[in-house]
Amino acid sequence: MPEIIAENIAAVPSAPPVETRAERLRNFWSDFRESWVAVGALIVIGVLLFLSFGAPLVSPQDPYDMAMLDWLDAFLRPGTEGSGGYVHLLGTDNAGRDMLSAIFYGLRTSFVIGLSAGALALLVGIAVGLTAAYFGGRIEALLMRIVDLQLSMPAILLALVLVAMLGQGIVQIILALVVAQYAYFARTTHGAAKVERGKDYIEAARSTPLPTHRVLFKHLLPNVLPPLIVVATVQVASAIALEATLSFLGVGLPLTEPSLGSLISNGFKYIHSDRYWLSIYPGLALMLTVVAINLVGDQVRKVLDPRNSR
Amino acid sequence: MLSYFITRIAQAIVVVFAMSVIVFVGVFAIGNPIDVMIDPGATQAIREKLIAQYGLDQPLVVQYWTFLRNVFAGDLGTSMVYNIPVVDLVFSRFPATLELVAVSVLIAVGVGIPAGLWAGYRPDSIGAKLVMALSVLGFSVPTFWIGMLLIMGFAVELGWLPSGGRGDEATFLGVSSSLFTPDGWSHVIMPAINLSLFKMGLMIRLTRAGMVEAMGTDYVKFARAQGLPDRQIVFSHILRNISIPIVTVLGLELGSTLAFAVVTESVFNWPGVGKLIIDSILQLDRPVMVSYLIMVVILFVLINLVVDLVYARLDPRVRLKGGA
Repeated sequence: MPEIIAENIAAVPSAPPVETRAERLRNFWSDFRESWVAVGALIVIGVLLFLSFGAPLVSPQDPYDMAMLDWLDAFLRPGTEGSGGYVHLLGTDNAGRDMLSAIFYGLRTSFVIGLSAGALALLVGIAVGLTAAYFGGRIEALLMRIVDLQLSMPAILLALVLVAMLGQGIVQIILALVVAQYAYFARTTHGAAKVERGKDYIEAARSTPLPTHRVLFKHLLPNVLPPLIVVATVQVASAIALEATLSFLGVGLPLTEPSLGSLISNGFKYIHSDRYWLSIYPGLALMLTVVAINLVGDQVRKVLDPRNSR
Repeated sequence: MLSYFITRIAQAIVVVFAMSVIVFVGVFAIGNPIDVMIDPGATQAIREKLIAQYGLDQPLVVQYWTFLRNVFAGDLGTSMVYNIPVVDLVFSRFPATLELVAVSVLIAVGVGIPAGLWAGYRPDSIGAKLVMALSVLGFSVPTFWIGMLLIMGFAVELGWLPSGGRGDEATFLGVSSSLFTPDGWSHVIMPAINLSLFKMGLMIRLTRAGMVEAMGTDYVKFARAQGLPDRQIVFSHILRNISIPIVTVLGLELGSTLAFAVVTESVFNWPGVGKLIIDSILQLDRPVMVSYLIMVVILFVLINLVVDLVYARLDPRVRLKGGA
């Protein structure tokens, strides 16, 4: 009696349709688009990324190249033409560096540090969080107590101490930021993985002879990713801000490798002599970057929040 | 209950010891402070004499043991830059930091809570949205940059306020503080605002969230039905109920305020503990670094411990699962 079977099947409440990856992405984008502020912020980030990584192409001068710097060009006001024959739109600094070029290059350093510190912290955090949630027991107690202790300390203090110990330089700063920030990822991973671990599909996967790493990475990890994406955006912004703060305090990068922080720090010395352009413009670039990333992160959080799903 | 308390306190002590070893080894790895402080023209003999005088020729384990013994005797060493005991140095700088933190907490609470109440009372008004946007700025824009803008605006351009340093002190009831003089206030107000912005953003968000939640509860509806004016409902009913989480967070924030003071004190050249630690890092003043870091670790472990113990007292579930 095939009719009856068909009837019975129809009576079963239909499961929500399984979305393909492309569909999920499209839905995500149409939700994201609802906030024009976030879309604007995303465009700003795109432009900033282009200007910073294309710095050698778009900037009028290479601020690293000491041969191109002329002391006679020092402290030119914004809009003055220098000895190079072009107009310094944002003026020049004490070494005759074109501020616009320095900002593009500085932005590149800031992005490199922020993105690599964020990515590495994400990896370390996932490893620690998954290990703790999956194995439980003493390992979990120990790992999560360390994470909690670190989270109670402000990241700036931890990073400051680490940079003081490791010394100056890009690699050292990235390392310090990873140590200071992985805990946020570890806690988020741990929390989400704990919830997922109690669900039936993990139980089912574990009852099969699948190796542990496969259960962890193929089954558990994809389901804890959404909250991690949100944390990652915020942490990249905060890594950029932290690096700027460290460089401003004099323990970050030297001025020969300009990041936005070291540019602002250099400009701060001339704050009383009416040479505002040395610090204002790199500061604005920093603020624009950090706020834009945060606005995008905020919208991603809203979209991925399960309470908002239709 | 008692076993949970003992376990947690034992854990805290282990953490402090472990951190003291990490800090000591880490600071040891930075480099030899003698090379920084000594005149480059000094002879090898003078150099070796100085190294021996500070005990830097000893193995690391011996140095750590000496350090521990001294700590328990209340001696944290002598600053290599200022040449006075670290304990005296930190305590001489502490009042300035305390002033700054106190004024900034006052500002954060005095502005943040009313603004949060307003934003939660009329969540859809333009004013509320403006308040929330400002709180996002307080969170995300780096402290040092806002501090610089304040200096540029109010000190350099307008010339209303001094750009840095601590003002004249006066003694009142046996306490010496710059908060007793108008000059002192003119110096403290800008750094205090700078330091308060992050906490203010936090206060606004917490108060607003609590307010929005409370507005939908039965007790508010009944108070309204009773004919009480909104002003009375907000200030004598809602505020009392949402003040507990606010006070908790404020207490927890005390530690991070000390950390942010490092940045603010550097921007405004404020002679507090934060400026001291930055200077000691830049000048490799090892005893000051080690002592400050260990004091900070102890402070944070203590804050954590108190929070855990209080929560365990309030919520039995915590101590049932967390004893291990």
